[in-house]
Amino acid sequence: MNKTVDAQSEIYKEEARELLVVLEDSLLQLEGSPDDTELIGQIFRALHTIKGSGSMFGFDRIAAFTHEVETFFDRVRNREIHVSKEIIDYTLKAKDYIKLLLEAPTTDEAPCEQELETLIGYFNRLVSEHKATKTQNPSSNASTTILSTQGASLSNTPVGLLTYRIRFSPAAGIFLTGTNPLFLLEELHALGECRIIAQRNAIPSLEEINPEQCYVEWDFILTTDKGIDAIRDVFIFVEDSAETRIETIGDPVDEEGYKKVGEILVERGDIKGEDLKKALDEQRHIGDILVDKGVVARDRVVSALAEQEQIKEVREKKAREEAALSIRVAAGKLDKLVDLVGELVTVQAHLSQKANSQIDPELVVIAEEVERLTGELRDNTMSIRMVPIGSTFGRFTRLVRDLSKELGKEIVMTTEGAETELDKTVIERLSDPLVHLIRNSIDHGIELPAQRESLGKTRKGLIQLSARHVGAQVHIEITDDGAGLDGTRIREKAIEKGLIAPDIEISNRELFALIFAPGFSTAKTVSNISGRGVGMDVVRRTIDALRGQIGIESEKGIGTTITLRLPLTLAIIEGLLVEVDKDYYVLPLSSVEECIELDHTKDTGREEHRFVNLRGHPVPYIRLRERFDIAGDVPDVEQIVVTDSGGNKIGFAVDQVIGEHQTVIKTLSRVYKNADSVSGATILGDGTVALILDVSKLSQVSRSEGSI
Amino acid sequence: MAKCIMTVDDSVSVRQMVSFTLKNAGYDVVEASDGRDALGKLNGSHVNMVITDLNMPNLDGIGLIRAIRSNETYKFVPIVMLTTESQDTKKQEGKKAGATGWIVKPFNPEQLLGVVKKVLG
Repeated sequence: MNKTVDAQSEIYKEEARELLVVLEDSLLQLEGSPDDTELIGQIFRALHTIKGSGSMFGFDRIAAFTHEVETFFDRVRNREIHVSKEIIDYTLKAKDYIKLLLEAPTTDEAPCEQELETLIGYFNRLVSEHKATKTQNPSSNASTTILSTQGASLSNTPVGLLTYRIRFSPAAGIFLTGTNPLFLLEELHALGECRIIAQRNAIPSLEEINPEQCYVEWDFILTTDKGIDAIRDVFIFVEDSAETRIETIGDPVDEEGYKKVGEILVERGDIKGEDLKKALDEQRHIGDILVDKGVVARDRVVSALAEQEQIKEVREKKAREEAALSIRVAAGKLDKLVDLVGELVTVQAHLSQKANSQIDPELVVIAEEVERLTGELRDNTMSIRMVPIGSTFGRFTRLVRDLSKELGKEIVMTTEGAETELDKTVIERLSDPLVHLIRNSIDHGIELPAQRESLGKTRKGLIQLSARHVGAQVHIEITDDGAGLDGTRIREKAIEKGLIAPDIEISNRELFALIFAPGFSTAKTVSNISGRGVGMDVVRRTIDALRGQIGIESEKGIGTTITLRLPLTLAIIEGLLVEVDKDYYVLPLSSVEECIELDHTKDTGREEHRFVNLRGHPVPYIRLRERFDIAGDVPDVEQIVVTDSGGNKIGFAVDQVIGEHQTVIKTLSRVYKNADSVSGATILGDGTVALILDVSKLSQVSRSEGSI
Repeated sequence: MAKCIMTVDDSVSVRQMVSFTLKNAGYDVVEASDGRDALGKLNGSHVNMVITDLNMPNLDGIGLIRAIRSNETYKFVPIVMLTTESQDTKKQEGKKAGATGWIVKPFNPEQLLGVVKKVLG
């Protein structure tokens, strides 16, 4: 932004220099023909522009000084002061002084204070000598109005929630000032809770209507904390072309009960007191009676009813809000609570197992009750840590705006699902990867406007950010309609970097997954935004650490969608419990695709290749028994759990699949920090420890060792 | 289709600032250097709003407002005038001529957009 400000003040300086030349020329000409009104007008305009623009671009000293000269010349223009040689001399001096101010750095003291005082003194003396009938006092009035038109946020201190009754009666000819009353209605509506009732009784019959005239007036019942000035500001431009009446109904919450419709009408002056009394004698809806009697128009009654309704609602809302007060709790306490719930879940599992093995119906009932309660407690505790992702999304709007400007691209970003809730820690750790992915979309994805147009796309690129719940996961998608990934380039690069063999055939999906490999970047030039190839593998690592997955879909020339699939929480996950020789392991259920049998009694192909045929597709598998050096014999029928991590399918051969397991994650002590294929441990119902496997690490390690 | 706003000012810097601000906010902008230029450029083209300075050579702001209001095509177009704090009488004159609103110079981009939003919706 600073750059543009600088550029603009440069433009101003340029312009002021030109104007000063015009000023000098005109002054010199004026000396020859002092009565030339054209010349005087030209001089005045030059001064006026120097002043007006000067104050806009921060040249306050120029503006202040030129204002004095301009005020003086306004008199000359109005023929109150006659041009003399002396005047021209002084004005020329003033012109030189403006020039001096223009070239002086704005931060310094005003140069030549003495000169300034002499000049100002001279012009002021002349002005006051010719003190005319009308004073040209700068109207402080006008300057305050502009301050307030910029909206309620600046000029009004909050005054608490008040309800106002506003009647806005535009003059018939309001349209001829270019005013659209509907915008005023909208503006008012934006101030707070607002009911608008059109008063249509003045509308003539169709043949008498002049469509260029306004026949409607409006009643508003507005509850706002912005203050009455904010309301007046809405109507500031129509002061002359409409009648506006604003009344405060008062803080409606203080009073017991609210006024009757009749009272409101009387208070507004729509009916007289005696009319009300007469009508009250009859036992019907007061509004109906009054309308029937013709003392008041139907719309007026509707408006009064709306007022009643609004007050009632405001009160109810206030009561609700007071009830729904929130409290702030230190995050540490919440963490402790989550830990305790985790322990409880473990103990409960133990209890359930015990109850079932004891065959004691009474104990089973208690255990089931405890199970139900623990489940609820767990869900509730987890939900306390959940916060909407919206605030994180909000930060990216700025990022997109600044970056696209820097790169000369035009980009619109839309967000969806800002209310989607995620664990606080997940959201915090997610911020950097998202920034990186969005930067990538802007830098490599979206093309320059001209290029887009030549491709038949809209000038403006689109980046969509969406979040949504899918089961126990949150899916965050970053979609752009840019150039898409170039499969051929990625392939070349991957071969060059030795990530894949030159003769290997791999699917696009696997190819795209390579961009997350360390040191991988296909950008031809490295920009300061992205392209160093350090980012994407960091993104992947962060997402992995959050037990999430990344998926990429892309079509060349159409766009790219990157999907982050994240668990809702880091503390408890749904896992699949498996067994290998009486040792238990947990695989995160979110990455499990299916379980199949590996029957050694049948011929399943050559054993050493470690591939299993999954509906015609070869899927590599790791035998956990071998991986973890577990002794004992392989059973005749093994189970293979097929998992999917970042688009790569890989199987894990185990002895037995036990089933789903609510897994309370316990981090391993520092001693085990090198055991990177294990992401944690959990305690089973009977006290046994089961290791939680890090699927993507495990497959990575095996891949690099060449064991699959 | 983006709304089109015409900015009329003999000061290039003010015009640039107005134009820059409006374009950034997604409006199309037509620039004119004075009232006469404005009327020439207005002639039949699609303009949703006019922002005009008052002091200009050839045809001043008041004259421009009157001319626009008497033109069948543009008589309902919102017109916002740029005034200075010392021009209260001018402001009255402008309002009488049919100006929709005004902005007091100096103003910042937010104020400008606030007023545009107010009259253009």
